[in-house]
Amino acid sequence: MKKIFSSKNLLLLLGLATIIVSIFDRPKASSVLLNSKTYLLEMLSVLPPILILIGLFQAWVPRRTVEKAMGGSSGLKGILMAIFVGTAAMGPLYAAFPLGVSLLEKGANLFNTAIFLCVWASIKIPMILFEIKFLGADFAFLRLALTIPSILAISSLLNLILKRSLSHEKI
Amino acid sequence: MFVLSIWILAGLALVLSLVKSKEKTASSLLAAWKFFRSMALPVLATLWAIGFLLTFLSPRLISRAVGQNSGWQGVVLAALFGSIVLIQAFIAFPLAGSILRQGASVSAIAAFVTTLVMVGVITAPLEMKFFGKKFTLWRNFLSFIFALIIALIMGAILG
Repeated sequence: MKKIFSSKNLLLLLGLATIIVSIFDRPKASSVLLNSKTYLLEMLSVLPPILILIGLFQAWVPRRTVEKAMGGSSGLKGILMAIFVGTAAMGPLYAAFPLGVSLLEKGANLFNTAIFLCVWASIKIPMILFEIKFLGADFAFLRLALTIPSILAISSLLNLILKRSLSHEKI
Repeated sequence: MFVLSIWILAGLALVLSLVKSKEKTASSLLAAWKFFRSMALPVLATLWAIGFLLTFLSPRLISRAVGQNSGWQGVVLAALFGSIVLIQAFIAFPLAGSILRQGASVSAIAAFVTTLVMVGVITAPLEMKFFGKKFTLWRNFLSFIFALIIALIMGAILG
């Protein structure tokens, strides 16, 4: 499945589609390319600095530091650190699963672990920059302002719902 | 303005890093380059697809599916779509921006973007392996509900 839908094949398909469209309707085809070009330029105007920032972060704050801070005996401080790192580190949600489990094993409670997972998933500084660029600062900041209390609510509800059942089984 | 400020920020950070350690700066630029290479093709494909979308999908069609008058169905549709698909936010934000400009409602776009990052149907089996069935189902369910709430509030304020 992955092979068929690879980006390369998708690009070939799009190229083919553009050629076919240009045969039947030249203005439509050039409109496709012009629209794409506009977005490509917008993307290129923000991509390099964001990539540089991500690269610098990865070089100066290695993964081991993150894990150590999260597993440290410093309790709340470690978790705050983890949240801070979670907002800046790159990586999809599934990269946070093992880190979340190690948090639980080190004695963090369910509430904090859920917060960590949700923060990792939804609040990312490079992504906020992208959101400002393409959806506007109003949109990005309002969504951020609503996401934070939502994460607290989701995590405390999760904690309430699961507290009893989890004490009996392994998670 | 925004573009200029992040270029300046990245430039300052780069200079600071260079002063502190040449090696680390080199490795960070290498990491950035690798990341760029891994995402270049998918990003290019998405931008090209956006070109098609903007040309062939009429604003009327978009606004009927997820626009101002599509009501709660449009918001739920967008939220479901965001829950199911697995796309990088790098790609999702330009896509969402183009659909918004074509007539989608703020609520629908907010629902899509929020469920995209918070709810993962495709990654749920993996999440279950780490945290168990109950945790996974409840976390995703609650995230979905709160995404809808966020979407409705945003629609009320910005829409």
